[in-house]
Amino acid sequence: MIAPMRMTTTFDEMWGRGTGQSQDAAVPNGSPDGPPEGPPEAPPEGSVNGTPHGADSVLPGIQAARSGRMTQAQVMYQGLRPPYAAFDDWLTGENPARLLRKQHEAEEVFRLTGITFNVYGRAEAAERLIPFDIIPRILSAREWARLARGIEQRVRAINAFLHDIYHRQEIVRAGRLPAEMIARNAAFLPQMIGVEPPGGVYTHIVGIDLVRTGEDEFFVLEDNARTPSGVSYMLENRETMLQMFPELFARNRVRPVSNYPLNLRRSLAACAPRATKGDPVVAVLTPGLYNSAYYEHSFLADKMGVELVEGHDLRVMDGRVAMRTTQGYKPIDVLYRRVDDDFLDPLNFNADSGLGVPGLFDIYRAGGITIANAPGTGIADDKAIYSYMPDIVRFYTGEAPILQNVPTWRCNDPSALSYVLDNLHDLVVKEVHGSGGYGMLVGPTSNKKEIAAFRDKLLANPANYIAQPTLALSTVPIFTRAGLAPRHVDLRPYVLVSPDGVTITPGGLTRVALKKGSLVVNSSQGGGTKDTWVLEE
Amino acid sequence: MTDHLRLRVRHVTTYDYDAPVPWGLQQVRLRPCSHRWQRVLSWSLTVEGGRREAAFEDQHRNAVDLVSLDPGTTRLAIAVEGEVEVADTAGIVGPQSGFGPLWLFQRPTPRTTAGPACARLVESIAREPSPLHRLHDLSAAISDAVRYETGVTHVGWTAEDAVAAGHGVCQDQAHAFIACARAMGIPARYVSGYLLMEQEAQDAAHAWAEAWVPDLGWVGFDAANRISPDHRYVRVATGLDYGEAAPVSGARTGTGAERLTVAVEVRAQ
Amino acid sequence: MLGKTANGLYWMFRYLERSENTARLMAAGQRIALTRSHADDEWASVLETTATLGPYRARHGEVTRDNAIHWMLCDRDNASSVLAVVESARNNARLVRTALTREVWESVNESWMILRNLLSQRVGERELPAVLTVIRNRSAHVRGAFAGTMLRNDIYNFARLGTFIERADNTARLLDVKSYVLLPSAHAVGSSLDNVQWETILRSVSAEGAYRMTYGQDVRARNIAQFLILDRRMPRSLAFSVGKLVDNFGFLADAYGTLPPSGKKAAALQTGFASASVDGLLDSGLHEFVQGFLRDIADLGAQAEVDYRFYD
Repeated sequence: MIAPMRMTTTFDEMWGRGTGQSQDAAVPNGSPDGPPEGPPEAPPEGSVNGTPHGADSVLPGIQAARSGRMTQAQVMYQGLRPPYAAFDDWLTGENPARLLRKQHEAEEVFRLTGITFNVYGRAEAAERLIPFDIIPRILSAREWARLARGIEQRVRAINAFLHDIYHRQEIVRAGRLPAEMIARNAAFLPQMIGVEPPGGVYTHIVGIDLVRTGEDEFFVLEDNARTPSGVSYMLENRETMLQMFPELFARNRVRPVSNYPLNLRRSLAACAPRATKGDPVVAVLTPGLYNSAYYEHSFLADKMGVELVEGHDLRVMDGRVAMRTTQGYKPIDVLYRRVDDDFLDPLNFNADSGLGVPGLFDIYRAGGITIANAPGTGIADDKAIYSYMPDIVRFYTGEAPILQNVPTWRCNDPSALSYVLDNLHDLVVKEVHGSGGYGMLVGPTSNKKEIAAFRDKLLANPANYIAQPTLALSTVPIFTRAGLAPRHVDLRPYVLVSPDGVTITPGGLTRVALKKGSLVVNSSQGGGTKDTWVLEE
Repeated sequence: MTDHLRLRVRHVTTYDYDAPVPWGLQQVRLRPCSHRWQRVLSWSLTVEGGRREAAFEDQHRNAVDLVSLDPGTTRLAIAVEGEVEVADTAGIVGPQSGFGPLWLFQRPTPRTTAGPACARLVESIAREPSPLHRLHDLSAAISDAVRYETGVTHVGWTAEDAVAAGHGVCQDQAHAFIACARAMGIPARYVSGYLLMEQEAQDAAHAWAEAWVPDLGWVGFDAANRISPDHRYVRVATGLDYGEAAPVSGARTGTGAERLTVAVEVRAQ
Repeated sequence: MLGKTANGLYWMFRYLERSENTARLMAAGQRIALTRSHADDEWASVLETTATLGPYRARHGEVTRDNAIHWMLCDRDNASSVLAVVESARNNARLVRTALTREVWESVNESWMILRNLLSQRVGERELPAVLTVIRNRSAHVRGAFAGTMLRNDIYNFARLGTFIERADNTARLLDVKSYVLLPSAHAVGSSLDNVQWETILRSVSAEGAYRMTYGQDVRARNIAQFLILDRRMPRSLAFSVGKLVDNFGFLADAYGTLPPSGKKAAALQTGFASASVDGLLDSGLHEFVQGFLRDIADLGAQAEVDYRFYD
């Protein structure tokens, strides 16, 4: 994920709103500060010097480690935000050397447990750790309650949208979504037309990527309605924190996340197809040992107490999809698949797929198995559809959206285009179908010549572009050898949908851009993770 | 009544395998559905050397049977037989059934992507204001441009291949019609089915195309016979191209070769 | 349980067993080689016992100590090198991660991390004993976690099948390669083997002490053969391994309701051992007996793969 906006001032989640211009003014997708910097390294010399406002009251416990180079300098803090009070109290009494040791211990635990992601195309050292930062990210009960309401609303709308799109397309008939947004979209799966998924659920598991910009100010960056990953990190991060700092959990009443696997299994079982006899049999479908998220697949199967299967363990038998066991073939009722649509079934989709199960989709259509998430859900998290999400929420729920979308100007609209052209220096302009930050203009950090050149491209093909404003992304502290340093974060809460309702695990995965000033939190690009706390009332 | 016909169909598809087949699946689209102009009076499907695993309706509302091969079989025979009453509507099928949006039928598929040869054909059609006339012109132009040739099937051929070669079977003519209609901005689809002909015994099922005409809905065009389908035609399955409407398609393991035999009989009652 | 999982467990434990046995063979080999004028002959014998002498010669030609050590420990071209089998064991463990306790998985994973590091470069003769000790200790560590934390269900049984098929195979190979040592003297009633020869054999199965406990200082070929083939108390003997196979097939039969052909084969092997005498085996030819046993064990393994649907 790349935050689509540029940060102007930083909102520090631990210390409150800064009033000065942050030195971190950053470019999405690449830092002007030079080489990447991870937790073990000190902030580079170029970072801000000087004494922070009220320095002595700021983290006195790690004063020594900080050696006067806190990067929070020049930012005027309003003071400690309440959710962090008890944590700060604890931190004050901590010895930085002990914390550093703990940080290394945590990495050792992760390595030993094998919590790794695979890097393709490298025989040696193909498994990497995702850096873990020991400073938790803390949300108050009040903040969370509002977020949870907004997430539930959005997820319900996404499911209603998916049903509509694969049936009558009322939203298109009503003129609220142009037909070409679907027609020209590769994520629309015609084979799903007319399918009624068991339990009426399309997206059993959803991850909503959020960024925080101020008190009670969250924006949705992206919806993940296909096969959102990372939940194992949410669970293992908490496990690690509990092991390393049990005393912290005595001081803070943190809502547990550990029942996620149980909820996941329940939620999946509640969507069992009509062919099910007795207790629904659930299995996790993985592309295999060399998939980048294999660890998570085996972790979830293990914690749910279900089989972890690959395509070649399965075949169509007696009208069901059955897995090969030591005692013969046994039917599966619900398949939590971590294989992309295209590779699910070589008979119905990509014929070259060796990962899938021939006939799986036929059995699905015949009501013999539940596939979670349903095929074709990608149409709901597509970048082009994203800009319509507020309309989608209104259309299906009849309510105003609780969570904000990042405002998006679609340049195919002449009035939007004229606004964008007038404000290029303030906006981020992106290609509709682009990804990875290519072909984009970041107005505030571009010079006149670059803006002029981009203006020509934009005018040549306005429909190909959208524009978004720059926002002030919040930061949270990470622990470095030189003390605490602010870094940008996002948050991915995990949402389970079943006919019985929507379940949101309090918290989620906080991904942190370890590179100073960076907004890129992807693990493949030097991102790390943190434990995320939601406090009890 | 002269504008109704009761047609009796028998269609046997047989695969003979040189070596026992360990595993195989076939998607079978061989069950016609009743609709406004076509009533299925009786229909049966029997499988030898395999079994029916599941039955479902696909995105085009075709009735599909999934058939698995008996492990180790050397022969798979799928036979359908039944009676259908068909009305003559001069090719008009009518409104879209199911949820498939019309734009779906405007998207080219790999088999129906218009290349230069198809583009020239489209270019040659007079700019008639009536889409129906244009489509009839197109159908006639295709029967001229793609000479019907029995016995020579090129399984992998696209619409463009057939138009460029100047000959093909009914499948190629249907693909050519679909590719050109879509290139003209008209939604079009592939139809597989049966046709009552002079000779009762035929060596293949038939195929033609349908295009969307405002106010009329789907209208059939059989370029192979230079007409719009009448009460001699039984519609079985539709799709964006042959791949989605094929009577039998599937996958199997095993290395031996296979021989396909098709026997079709269509009689008027 | 998935057939694939049974397969993964079976091979994970075959590989772990192999790593340990190779380490033991090498330790004995090094010790013996020091006392020989033709030291490299002893390394050739060790290579033969690990069933990799052919591939070794194809790659390196002449058997030399350093090449042999490298080949058996670190060479990725040798699928049975300790590094390769530990990696295979760990990959199988990842495959069956959901069937293992966290402790077993972490133990295997840690073993892999340690040994990958230790075996990343050539191991010199001086470091060899210490490295071999680490290999054996890591195997013991995994076994300890396994014995101490795993539920005694079918998961456990498939792991045990892997362990004892591999062990029976390895001990039988050792007997075969060393049969030339045992045979000439076997019939010479009352003659003892020279210290060096018997030590090789007993050290290779970590059984010098156990042998002394059983037979005192009376080292005879007949006794060694009896001990390694028929003694059901000796944990690396053929009879012990076959007994464990029969037990585990039996537990599986209890759980699954039927005893498949592979289980019956194991039972037949055990019946054969019960009525066998060491003198009879030596009379009819140790080499022939061992060859027959290796075939039987291989058949049994192949049959189990079919019976329990390891593969499609």
